[in-house]
Amino acid sequence: MSAEEPIIRIRGLRNQFGDFVVHENLDLDVRRGEIIGVVGGSGSGKSVLMRAIIGLGRPAAGSILLFGEDVATMSDSRRALVEQRCGVLFQNGALFSSLTVAENVGVALTEHHDLDAEIVHRLALLKIALAGLPLDAADKFPSQLSGGMVKRAALARSLALDPEILFLDEPTAGLDPIGAAAFDQLILTLRDSLGLTVFLITHDLDTLYTICDRVAVLAKKRILVADTLDVVEQVDEPWIQEYFQGPRGRAARRATQTHSTPLPAGP
Amino acid sequence: MSEAGSAQLVEDGSRLSIRGDWTLEHVARLATLCANLQGKIAADSRIDARAIGHIDTAGASFLLDLAGADPARIDVDRASTRKLIAAVSRAENAPPAKRRRKDRGFIAILANVGQALDDIWNDAIALVGFIGLILAAFARSALDPRRWRVTSTVAHIEQTGLNALPIVALLCFLVGAVVAFLGATVLKDFGASIYTVELVGYSFLREFGVLLTAIMVAGRSGSAFTAQIGSMKAREEVDAIRTLGLQPVDVLVMPRVLALLVSMPILTLVGMLAGIIGGAAVCVITLDVSPLMFITRLHETTGVRHFWVGMSKAPVFAFLIAAIGCLEGFKVAGSAESVGTHTTSSVVQSIFVVILIDALAAIFFMEINL
Repeated sequence: MSAEEPIIRIRGLRNQFGDFVVHENLDLDVRRGEIIGVVGGSGSGKSVLMRAIIGLGRPAAGSILLFGEDVATMSDSRRALVEQRCGVLFQNGALFSSLTVAENVGVALTEHHDLDAEIVHRLALLKIALAGLPLDAADKFPSQLSGGMVKRAALARSLALDPEILFLDEPTAGLDPIGAAAFDQLILTLRDSLGLTVFLITHDLDTLYTICDRVAVLAKKRILVADTLDVVEQVDEPWIQEYFQGPRGRAARRATQTHSTPLPAGP
Repeated sequence: MSEAGSAQLVEDGSRLSIRGDWTLEHVARLATLCANLQGKIAADSRIDARAIGHIDTAGASFLLDLAGADPARIDVDRASTRKLIAAVSRAENAPPAKRRRKDRGFIAILANVGQALDDIWNDAIALVGFIGLILAAFARSALDPRRWRVTSTVAHIEQTGLNALPIVALLCFLVGAVVAFLGATVLKDFGASIYTVELVGYSFLREFGVLLTAIMVAGRSGSAFTAQIGSMKAREEVDAIRTLGLQPVDVLVMPRVLALLVSMPILTLVGMLAGIIGGAAVCVITLDVSPLMFITRLHETTGVRHFWVGMSKAPVFAFLIAAIGCLEGFKVAGSAESVGTHTTSSVVQSIFVVILIDALAAIFFMEINL
């Protein structure tokens, strides 16, 4: 696979539930190493798109190439290998409630690599620290964590196998503004240091303005536009205009213009 | 497969040359490598990682081990690698947590026994308290028809009663046949095989009809109550009910208790009938007793009081099973695992209580010559 070839390539995707068509003729390319933000109204099928890419939902038509391989026709053993190269953070964390945070992170390490419990624990603690969680959270159960800590623990689990692509489904939803800003910076740091590609579903305009390289707008059952924010903002489409030129959009843009220097990175 | 990472000491230990891939794939080998080199590296030696292959967070963590956790001692070419090592180094410098060690000795066994006894006592207290709560709710809503939740109650009657009819009937029919078969075999030696009719009649009217039904209901409906209320509790739905100014006991518990109070006697009646029919079938086949003769003999020898002894226990069992099922549901906290634990506990507790009460009732009814 050459460097220019997109890491995810979607062509003519069609998803439907019964008669209800969610996506129709959807095209999208995700480039290696970028942070792409996917926006769209509630119910426009952002999560459905993510599930289709990682192979959790079967599209009705179209092709999805992940690392240059077709997700739909992949053999099970191939799929298992590809899945190890993807980290996924689900909207509600989806932490295993019967395991501690450290065990949650360690599951994939134990299953896929023949490692001592000692090394697994050490690597799990490293991921937990990378995700910005205090280490005393490692022995806690998910039900004992706050909402923001659940997101970070889920991020730590998604980083467990050092994935190449990170799928984040509304990572900052439900976080306070300070926590959300720190989370944004964390993702930026991880992308820069680990060389991740980040597929980010979000409603958070601040996230879009601070960390996304490109923004893909999902509306009318397809990707209307996928480009840098400057270009996307100018697209003459009522939904996009309302989204970016509304009071919240304007406030978020003003905020980035005044804070054009990025906040210091750190957990 | 890529080339595994390696580290080579060069020039009297002042420089460590790093090659190959330092990735998760090779982490077991890297761990051994680092453990072997530990102590052989001088504190001021440079770690030369300019020729390193791929590296990820796991590899970076072990590389930092060699460098004594000092990223400045590692020489790298690529900016991305430097950033990675810096990020991992920052994460590893996070203040370590105190690891709680689990005690597994004799003291721990004693502590577990004590804890278990304490739990049993607390469970008993909680159950008695909960029964009081249900009775109070009964008293509150009995005079106020607006608070009767008819739809919900009827739905639960369908689930716990109507839907359970076939399995209860089949189970009792089979056990009835087995009892009759045993009776016929044993009594034949005394030339008294006709007493099989009484055996089946007595045992099903007094004990087996209600007991088998109660065990079935505890496994089928008691567990369902716990799982339903438990997952609502885990998802904060029970708290939501409370904030809407409603009483969870009124909304969730009353319909279930009432439904079982209606279903259990009906199921018990069906169970008794099915058991007797099962016994009759065996009698007809193996003893040459005609169905008419069976009924006549049953009528002559078995008083209706036996039916009432059995039936009087049905509402008591129903109440206890529903109360335990709902209470265990409310005890669920947080996780999916907790739902499972409490569902198990609900079934075990209700079957235990049912058999205990049944044994006490048997003594009681015998003493008062019923």
